[in-house]
Amino acid sequence: MNCLWCHDDIMPDITWLNFWNPFYEPGKICTTCKEGFPIIVDHVCPMCSRPSKNEEVCGDCQRWSNSEAFQGALERNVSVFSYTPIMKDMMAKWKYRGDYELIHMFSEDVRKKFKEAFGKSKATLVPIPLSSSREKERGFNQAKAIAMLLKRPIESVLTRVQDEKQSKKTRQERMEAENPFQLVKEVKGEIILIDDIYTTGMTLHWAAELLKKGGSTKIQSFTLIRS
Amino acid sequence: MNIKNPTENPSNVYAAHLSGKILLRNEIPFTETEIEMLLNQKFLNEIRGIEDSNFGYRCVRCGNQKRYLIGRIPTKTGKQIYCRNCIEMGRVSTFEPLYKWAGPELPLDRLKNPCAWEGQLTVHQKIASDKINEAMTNRTKLLTWAVCGAGKTEMLFRGLTDAISRGDRICLATPRADVVRELVPRFRKAFPEVSITALYGGSPDKDDGCQFVISTTHQLFRYERAFDVMIIDEADAFPFYADASLVYAAKKARKESSSLIFLTATPRKWIKLQSACGFLPTVFVPSRYHGHPLPVPTFPSCYSLKKSLQKDKLPPKINDWIAEKERNNRRFLLFVPSIEMAEQISKLTKYEYVHADDPDRIEKVECFRKGEITALITTTILERGVTFPSIDVAVIDAGHNVFDVAALVQIAGRAGRNAKDPYGDVSFFHQGKSDAMVGAVKMIEMMNNLAKERVK
Ligand SMILES: [Zn+2]
Ligand SMILES: [Zn+2]
Ligand SMILES: [Zn+2]
Repeated sequence: MNCLWCHDDIMPDITWLNFWNPFYEPGKICTTCKEGFPIIVDHVCPMCSRPSKNEEVCGDCQRWSNSEAFQGALERNVSVFSYTPIMKDMMAKWKYRGDYELIHMFSEDVRKKFKEAFGKSKATLVPIPLSSSREKERGFNQAKAIAMLLKRPIESVLTRVQDEKQSKKTRQERMEAENPFQLVKEVKGEIILIDDIYTTGMTLHWAAELLKKGGSTKIQSFTLIRS
Repeated sequence: MNIKNPTENPSNVYAAHLSGKILLRNEIPFTETEIEMLLNQKFLNEIRGIEDSNFGYRCVRCGNQKRYLIGRIPTKTGKQIYCRNCIEMGRVSTFEPLYKWAGPELPLDRLKNPCAWEGQLTVHQKIASDKINEAMTNRTKLLTWAVCGAGKTEMLFRGLTDAISRGDRICLATPRADVVRELVPRFRKAFPEVSITALYGGSPDKDDGCQFVISTTHQLFRYERAFDVMIIDEADAFPFYADASLVYAAKKARKESSSLIFLTATPRKWIKLQSACGFLPTVFVPSRYHGHPLPVPTFPSCYSLKKSLQKDKLPPKINDWIAEKERNNRRFLLFVPSIEMAEQISKLTKYEYVHADDPDRIEKVECFRKGEITALITTTILERGVTFPSIDVAVIDAGHNVFDVAALVQIAGRAGRNAKDPYGDVSFFHQGKSDAMVGAVKMIEMMNNLAKERVK
């Protein structure tokens, strides 16, 4: 096997423990490269996974909780990696160049973090959608790619009606803009939204608000990166 | 642009951009309507980007078949396949086809006497120049083995002059972008009327129907059966030597009937072997254009290197070497085996350092070339192609395995390239002599002896 990042040969690290585990799939990444990708360990905001020294709820999250429209929509967000230059490089190669395979570097870390955060939760996984034109161009939806690593049922109940381009707007403008998503099918019960990156949290809050209106009870999110 | 009578034949406008190329849809600089029209006219063909065979998948653009460089994207209906090897140039996949020109070939100008160079060739250069011209005219292969500083570029001028007059499309490919940047102005000066383009990752030039393409070997992926003359410079250099897909690209970019000229100073085994067996006719240019022998490296030992650097000091021997150069107003290059060492020695000496991923690399090299800075510390990236007049060279930790025979011969060849100053000092500081160091000296001495014999 070769490392997906540096192409060097890697010896899979097989122990008796994982030898008998038919679901064990090592990440396709060598130990040197693995060390370069910044896993979030501790000292984070309990609501959004942003670094926070004394683990207090951050200012942004307090604003979300105080906002009328989004209050209580998204219970919390859990992320696996922080957004350092190597992660930016990875995102450029994965999303913009379209090198889908790179996600398999993180299969182990993603599963581990998910298990730590959500345990045996029966929640339904809902990936954040792309507009159909964007998905066609890229050939895949990155949020779904992450969800698929988790080997649990996935419900693609959201569609994106607007274009992804929203980076030019200010935070205020974005909060006041129209919800870019539509709910195709209502899902009762618990939901874990999946996306590639949590930046302002806007996208996930839009999706959460919609699902909540549709009757979901507890909505959390899980992203590969917290920027 | 080099379009003959666009009004007479409107397809020439398209041929200028597309002839001899194999491109992704988004690399074609025309509107959707125009592309549809060309497809309907059968001037443009859509072909599969990934071929499926009994041996697995193969990328049609770069020839990659390595399983770990073939990617899979799961979809509702199964899976799509893409190539990871050439993905930096845009993704080729089972749902992203390639487009190949099938219309009339782009007619090129046939300039008479395009060469403005007025210099004189030496006896050795003349012999090689005639052989090169012969190979280009007869569409055959030739290995030109010329020592560093033999004046390879000038030896090409005669053959290129005739090729241009025939209306041939010409490509000079080299593994290094630095070398492309260095060669282009020299060829533009020699052939001022000819359309010449420079292609490397991120280059500002585009090929919109140029007669002469100077390119990194990577950029050749976008060509298919384009060139009548293919010159491969530094044929043995990494990564061309290491990467089979670049060999594939160079082969694919040539027309079936075309000439292939390898230029090298240090042919590695495979080329030497072909040459020795007579598969590849060879012309050897053993002396530098100024007729002086290649400088032979000396091997000053420097066993304290590791210890000194651990204490963040330069070993006294290297310190003395640098001080002597400074006293005599000599400019010099310091080659080091790693970026870390480059950085450390840069701090200790206050001289700039460059490495492959240095964003300011081009400017630093330019500064050194112009004589604005006295010295430059470098990893092996400056070992070939790039020429600086009147410099001395030292290699620190020359026994390190990044310095193989070819690299060391090339490094030694950086010194004494100027006729006014033909004797450069080349010092290989080492912590124990390596076979490569001994091999390099043997090779240099052999070439110097051959040069002497030829003169007699
Ligand atoms: Zn690696
Ligand atoms: Zn927070
Ligand atoms: Zn390819």
